[in-house]
Amino acid sequence: MSHATDLLPETTPTAAMIRTLGLIAMICGVIIVAAYQGTYAAVQENKRIAVERAVFKVIPRAKSIAEYAVSSAGELKKLGAGEAAPTGSIKFYAGYDEAARLAGIAAEGAAKGYADTVRILFAWDPAAASVTGFGVVAMRETPGIGDKILVDAEFLANFPLEAKPSDDRLVLAHEIRTVKHGSKTNPWEVDAIAGATITSRAIGKAINDTAQTLVPRLAPHLDKLKEKS
Amino acid sequence: MSQARNWDEFMEGIWRQNPVFVMVLGMCPTLAVTVSGINALSMGVATTFVLICSCGLVSLLRKLIPKEVRIATYIVIIATFVTVVDYVIQAVSLALYDALGAFIQLIVVNCIILGRAEAHASKTPPAPAMVNALGMGIGFTIGLLALGCVREILGAGTLFGISLFGAGFQPWVVMVLPPGGFFVLGAWLLLFAALERRKQRKLAEVRHV
Amino acid sequence: MSIEIRSAPHIKAPKSVETIMRHVVWSLVPVCAFFVFQYGLSALASLVVVTASCLATERWFVKTGTQSGDISDYSAVITGLLLALSLPPGFPLWMGAVAGFVAIALGKALFGGIGFNVFNPALVGRAFAQAAFPQAIATYSPSFLPGRFTEFVPSSLALPLMRPADMMLWLKAKQLDALAGATPLAKWKFEGVLAGAEELVTSLSGHMAVGPSPALILLCGAYLALRRFMDWRIPAAILGSAGLTAWLLFALSPERFPNPFFMLFSGGLILGAVYMATDMATSPVTPKGMWVYGALIGLLTVIIRYYSGLPEGVMYAILLGNALTPLIEKVTQPTPFGKSALARLGHAKRGASYPLHPGYISREDAGAVTPKKRFMWNKPKRDERRKPNEPRD
Repeated sequence: MSHATDLLPETTPTAAMIRTLGLIAMICGVIIVAAYQGTYAAVQENKRIAVERAVFKVIPRAKSIAEYAVSSAGELKKLGAGEAAPTGSIKFYAGYDEAARLAGIAAEGAAKGYADTVRILFAWDPAAASVTGFGVVAMRETPGIGDKILVDAEFLANFPLEAKPSDDRLVLAHEIRTVKHGSKTNPWEVDAIAGATITSRAIGKAINDTAQTLVPRLAPHLDKLKEKS
Repeated sequence: MSQARNWDEFMEGIWRQNPVFVMVLGMCPTLAVTVSGINALSMGVATTFVLICSCGLVSLLRKLIPKEVRIATYIVIIATFVTVVDYVIQAVSLALYDALGAFIQLIVVNCIILGRAEAHASKTPPAPAMVNALGMGIGFTIGLLALGCVREILGAGTLFGISLFGAGFQPWVVMVLPPGGFFVLGAWLLLFAALERRKQRKLAEVRHV
Repeated sequence: MSIEIRSAPHIKAPKSVETIMRHVVWSLVPVCAFFVFQYGLSALASLVVVTASCLATERWFVKTGTQSGDISDYSAVITGLLLALSLPPGFPLWMGAVAGFVAIALGKALFGGIGFNVFNPALVGRAFAQAAFPQAIATYSPSFLPGRFTEFVPSSLALPLMRPADMMLWLKAKQLDALAGATPLAKWKFEGVLAGAEELVTSLSGHMAVGPSPALILLCGAYLALRRFMDWRIPAAILGSAGLTAWLLFALSPERFPNPFFMLFSGGLILGAVYMATDMATSPVTPKGMWVYGALIGLLTVIIRYYSGLPEGVMYAILLGNALTPLIEKVTQPTPFGKSALARLGHAKRGASYPLHPGYISREDAGAVTPKKRFMWNKPKRDERRKPNEPRD
């Protein structure tokens, strides 16, 4: 045996390598598929419950919900359970009370906050054409400062917040804006919390961004949504 | 396989080679998710599950896995079990899933698991490998819990969601922020180092006499 | 007769650490007295509790052997007094005790005790308190309240771990809510109300929520500087650079920025510049370095006050300055005699630079204070430590 071959490590033949890797990949694939199949029903159910709970929180009168999407052309489409909204359209939830009458519309909004994107679910009341409240879906704002948006009485007094479509039904009549603490003069302005201006601004922007497109698009369909179908 | 060897394998991760306090591995989840006891516990359990399963599988296949591609193979195996854990946590509780966030997927790159697979499971039969993995997992969970409980008690006045001090509690905001994780980890490391030193001093004194 | 051969310095000034520290404490006494005069019982309790907490922590660490030095060197007293002066007078006492503990434990003991710390311990304690209790630290009570010598501010007496009482409710109950206390800086930042510089200088007029009078602090600082217990360059550089930056911005747009006098005399700038930034262990020793260090702190203070979400920036500015101190010292090494200043620009080897290693200190000096970074539960007696080579049986 020569010195050179002594130092060379033994190499595995390519075929053997591919065979082994294939086997391992197959084992892993089977495990993953089994886990996915096994948990699918429970995950979907969990997601449905989470959405329902969030909507019931922002529309307290609601007892049942239906998912809809409205496209950029203004067409309304009812979504089945777990169905994703078509691209370009906005998903929203219609909450119905005990008598199956429309209690409010809930939609998601997102905007950059202090630490990360703040995702909220806000409720829009078609009868009053105003945003009645909001709940947080996900945020990483500083505890004790940014999360005051959920408890600060003065901030919560911003709602109902006017959000009615403009006359030409393209945008909101008035843009929803967050203003400096204490300088709110119009019903469509959000009075920021002193010391938590950035988070307050994110809430205003999140509501505005979604409402700007959703509210005008919804206007022609409100009659259709009145009763639960 | 003797009882003693198994016990030794098991205890290695819990005390002598504790992943958090001795090896200081897997700091990313340790510092990031330990804002509450329940987060710490579920992260620990998830990691333990991945650790046991992947060490078991790696150990089973240890003679088959070509050494040229072993790291890639380990990662595939680990990623598989992380995906399983990801689904299971979603099925159990979405709230928990949201709280742990990206750190579930990041278990893949937790160096404890790859480290155990490479340094231990790839050279050991399945039974002791899994016992060792269980010990490591429990050691990691204990480490996370030690951080999580302190941070939850001071940061929110609760322990596993149960209020300890009543409504008037003043939360220490810093404890639920990232610096709090460093403070608490540092304090625990200091305590363990002090205990270790004290033990060695005692041993030295005994030897001297 | 024995001739002792030892390295420089051969002639020492008769100033020991203890002497300097004692003078600093004396010079702080009028400042503290004024603080108590402003806020009464609560301020007194805060000063006592925070200082006691610092001393107890120092004592424990010295006893268990992780820290060099002696409790009698007054440095922990200074830390405690400065920390208490920088906190609101109605700060809950238990939080003050926590801040005091953190100041010594994290700011000093962890680094090895007096002289080894990188950051000013008082500011480390305050930074922790700011991060842990942001609401309590932003709640100031108005000064010169009637009955302040007979009654505590209720938030002072919060039970340990419990939320302090609401300051506004208390003021309302006493029908004093018109005096509601936000510091002049917070008022300017969040409400756009500017206090006059002449009111700020004495702290005497009205019921402003401010610390001790800047004029008094400057006076006490001047005493220290005259007795050479403190270098005048650092406060001069800080105040100069803060004033200059504020003046430049004010000149650019007077409607957006307050006047430079407001910047100089509001908040903790004077206290920070005179007492905190000048901490000997955490500020540069080179004269040029002192100017750089001070200028940096002044500039950062104004920038943080104007452009960040916080109303006050002195604390973070000084902490950042502390962190940069080793770098500043390295860059501003004086050129030794006989070396051309030009040589430093080229690739010529840098002149004298002696690392501060215990090996360079003569044996006698080294014996006086021995940094032992060991955690000992039962510290051996002094005599035993003297002869470490003798076997103990």
